[in-house]
Amino acid sequence: MTYLAKPKFHHPNLPKNSLGYTHRDYEGSVSTLCAGCGHDSITASIIQACFELAIEPHRVAKISGIGCSSKTPTYFLGNSHGFNSVHGRMPSVLTGANLANRDLIYLGVSGDGDSASIGLGQFAHCLRRAVNMVYIVENNGVYGLTKGQFSATADRGSKSKRGVTNTDNSIDLVAMALQLGASFVARSFSGDKQQLVPVIKAAIAHRGAAFIDVISPCIAFNNHAGSTKSFDFVREHNEAVNRLDFMASRMPIEVKYEPGTVEVVEQHDGSRLALRKLAADYDVHDRTAALGFLQHHAAKGQVVTGLLYVDREPEDLHAHLHTVETPLNVLSEKELCPGQAALEAINASLR
Amino acid sequence: MPTASPISRVNDFVVRFANVNGSGSASANELFARAILRMGIPAAPRNIFPSNIQGLPTWYEVRISEAGHLGARGGTDLMVAMNPQTFDKDIAGIEPGGYLLYDSTRPLPASKFREDITVIGVPLTAICNREYTDARQRQLFKNIMYLGVLTALIDMDIKVVEQLITEQYKGKDKLIAPNLKALHIGRDHATLNLDCPIGLKLKTTDKVGDRIFIEGNAAAALGAVYGGASVCAWYPITPSSSVADAFTRYCAKLRVDPETKEARYAIVQAEDELASIGMVIGAGWNGARAFTATSGPGISLMQEFIGLAYFAEIPAVLINVQRAGPSTGMPTRTQQCDLISCAYASHGDTKHVLLLPQDPTEAFDFSALSFDLADRLQTPIFVMLDLDIGMNHHLCRPFQWEDGRVYDRGKVMTAEELEAGKDFGRYLDVDGDGIAYRTYPGTHPTKGSYFTRGTSRDRYARYTEDGAAYVDNMQRLIRKFDTAKDLVPRPLIANADKPTKYGVIYFGSTAPAMEEAIDLIEARGHAVDRMRIRAFPFHSSVNSFVADHDFVYVVEQNRDAQMRSLIVNECGIDPVRLVPILHYDGTPITARFIAKSIGDHIDQMSVKPAKVSS
Ligand SMILES: Cc1ncc(C[n+]2csc(CCOP(=O)(O)OP(=O)(O)O)c2C)c(N)n1
Ligand code: SF4
Ligand SMILES: [Mg+2]
Repeated sequence: MTYLAKPKFHHPNLPKNSLGYTHRDYEGSVSTLCAGCGHDSITASIIQACFELAIEPHRVAKISGIGCSSKTPTYFLGNSHGFNSVHGRMPSVLTGANLANRDLIYLGVSGDGDSASIGLGQFAHCLRRAVNMVYIVENNGVYGLTKGQFSATADRGSKSKRGVTNTDNSIDLVAMALQLGASFVARSFSGDKQQLVPVIKAAIAHRGAAFIDVISPCIAFNNHAGSTKSFDFVREHNEAVNRLDFMASRMPIEVKYEPGTVEVVEQHDGSRLALRKLAADYDVHDRTAALGFLQHHAAKGQVVTGLLYVDREPEDLHAHLHTVETPLNVLSEKELCPGQAALEAINASLR
Repeated sequence: MPTASPISRVNDFVVRFANVNGSGSASANELFARAILRMGIPAAPRNIFPSNIQGLPTWYEVRISEAGHLGARGGTDLMVAMNPQTFDKDIAGIEPGGYLLYDSTRPLPASKFREDITVIGVPLTAICNREYTDARQRQLFKNIMYLGVLTALIDMDIKVVEQLITEQYKGKDKLIAPNLKALHIGRDHATLNLDCPIGLKLKTTDKVGDRIFIEGNAAAALGAVYGGASVCAWYPITPSSSVADAFTRYCAKLRVDPETKEARYAIVQAEDELASIGMVIGAGWNGARAFTATSGPGISLMQEFIGLAYFAEIPAVLINVQRAGPSTGMPTRTQQCDLISCAYASHGDTKHVLLLPQDPTEAFDFSALSFDLADRLQTPIFVMLDLDIGMNHHLCRPFQWEDGRVYDRGKVMTAEELEAGKDFGRYLDVDGDGIAYRTYPGTHPTKGSYFTRGTSRDRYARYTEDGAAYVDNMQRLIRKFDTAKDLVPRPLIANADKPTKYGVIYFGSTAPAMEEAIDLIEARGHAVDRMRIRAFPFHSSVNSFVADHDFVYVVEQNRDAQMRSLIVNECGIDPVRLVPILHYDGTPITARFIAKSIGDHIDQMSVKPAKVSS
């Protein structure tokens, strides 16, 4: 399939955000995924989140691996640079890009095969390295692009479309992200825009490694009875810990909900998250408890969604490396090259 | 009684130290080499060490040559045998008429010694046991002590050694006196009990000039600093780790914001080589100058990413410090064995630029240059060092930088140009040199963004599976590679005094041995023209050099004649005329080996059919 330019028809009455951009300005080219693919819903949520946050589209760098999920960056933010890299290696490319220019927003998009199978190592290391990014896994439990083989997130006992039962244990990327030190960890469902859009917005505002696992049914290979990543299964087994409202720093906080059920979380840039608590005892700042909660519900066959953990004081890789504020990619000879006088001193020390 | 008369030479001999890894001998041996340089005598030390931290044999060889021959020569004139494990082999390696210095605390049977060498015993262990009670001190001072013995044996300027020890322990002044004491215990013992000096002697001269003494890895790292590298991602592997170490050290000194003390660089030790090259590519895509340093096994792991950088056209620099392969091979031994795996790295049709420095000075120059080339050509550039250049100290030309030199950032379209309506096609060959314009991410709100991918695309970076568009793009990549031929360092040619049908092609760390080999070949009455190749793809002068000679020897340090294959393949040359001269046992190639191989071949070619004598 070759590239289809989407007709850019701008309706004069389309709502504009504070930068004067419409929803359309955050779109990309037309998706070539299967109709009804969960990944397309995630694309829509990303567009919505960026529009609502009034992000300058070109200040985002979209980086992905290989897979149906990794193709999606072409379908949103058409004015952003994108990089469809190699299978399982999005995290290293994103890390390098982030080192070169700390001023852009880095959006990493990956699949469960991309991140939990071939790329498990890079997934783990970029989280423990605290790269400032939003890392989204569009998780369908299968390799969509290579036609439905199990991925490492497929639940043990789940059945493939061809009737094969998965006998391997599954990897829960959310549990791993918590364990690896990600400072923002959430899970959502492609079919739940109400939950997903604010989660993405909060993750973008978060200055550290933000990980979102989005369950995203594959219409072609994983939406049948026996699959634990199908629309029906997830709807029936979803256990949401909280509902989220995200407010950018410039917006006033409106606490619309009953006192005692809302918790306001302030992020580093002054933006705020309002958590509507469903599980009354859930503490979003307790990493250890989050892991316990997750495992407790997993044992009951429930998929926990919502914002599971957020660090109030996140740090990122640049802070650890003490790099200058100016992006490294704009430093000039003046800042980079020590010159002949310094070289002569070095020569002298080598005699 | 020696049957060969003892060698008698001034400022022209080879000393070899046989030690045990981890015994602390390295600093004493290095002092020995530095003292000779301070006496104004050119010297080339080489470390031969095991892949081990403690206990296995190591050797340190110092070639001393007032004539300035800095390649390995082969053979040992004075063996300092401090390792009982390798004693027999070490003695066997001494030249007839050579000398052996050994620890005579425990007498060795006469059968251990050769008739044709001079044996010098010093009871080093006994002296140390007498002088010191601490076990560690006994070991460490033994090293300085044999250095003291040597100063007397070969007439080394003791003032110079004392001065060096004082400089070395500056800041740890407590250590100066005990080291000097050990030095003099050794020297005094030798003067009192031995015939000093022996036939091998040093004499102060002025042949070192303003040259510097440094390892190639440090030089390449410094070149990266000067070349403007701001991102380094790496994974430890011998013999390349000291590139990243040196880059870290130099950056800490030279690349810190004087006011805020913040770093104008980022160095990440990645989880593996896949991640290190991924980070380099991410940073290069985003407009920073980035590099990795690795060795053969790392290059193997990076293959998929290298192909991506080639096809998606992303600048990247890879410093490959080659070691003996295949597989883990001989990880602490030198070879030039990754030419093909780098030149054609990755699946599909790929070709990459290789730079082939001969010594640390060129490692500095080429490393700095590689960042300009990567940006100009938007492709991976390999700086091909080897263990011999990288991990040994070499006496070489001082580094130089032209102040005011501007980095070539290549074709980058700016926000202003986009705003002015300049047509931007990421893969559009506007200048006919195969190189298209790129934009950095985040340049302009509505213009100049594009999607980078490893899949095929059209000139405007739009995904396509159209065969014609694919071919169009692949052809442009070949045009770009042709452009590279005139941008990379040219081969250097030196012709013999008289016309000859013989030529020799060599590159990299073979250079110093080759210079000396030429003298030896000429002494046999043969003339050869020579060409030192400094980069791949080959400049057109490589074709003409081969065309101008009946036979061209291609000298290299690998089994499969990889450079010869590249020449045959890229220049379409009849392989019969390219005679491979191959040295690949993991030791640096020697002048003797080259001279003998080439000399014997020329002799054979010039033999007239034998006539029956009457
Ligand atoms: C090195 C390598 N091996 C195998 C492939 C083939 N491949 C392409 S996509 C893919 C799996 C993708 O699965 P996932 O990341 O879950 O993405 P999805 O298509 O399910 O969204 C595989 C195995 C490849 N592109 N590269
Ligand atoms: S194969 Fe599955 S994952 Fe891929 S596009 Fe179709 S529905 Fe989506
Ligand atoms: Mg998948």
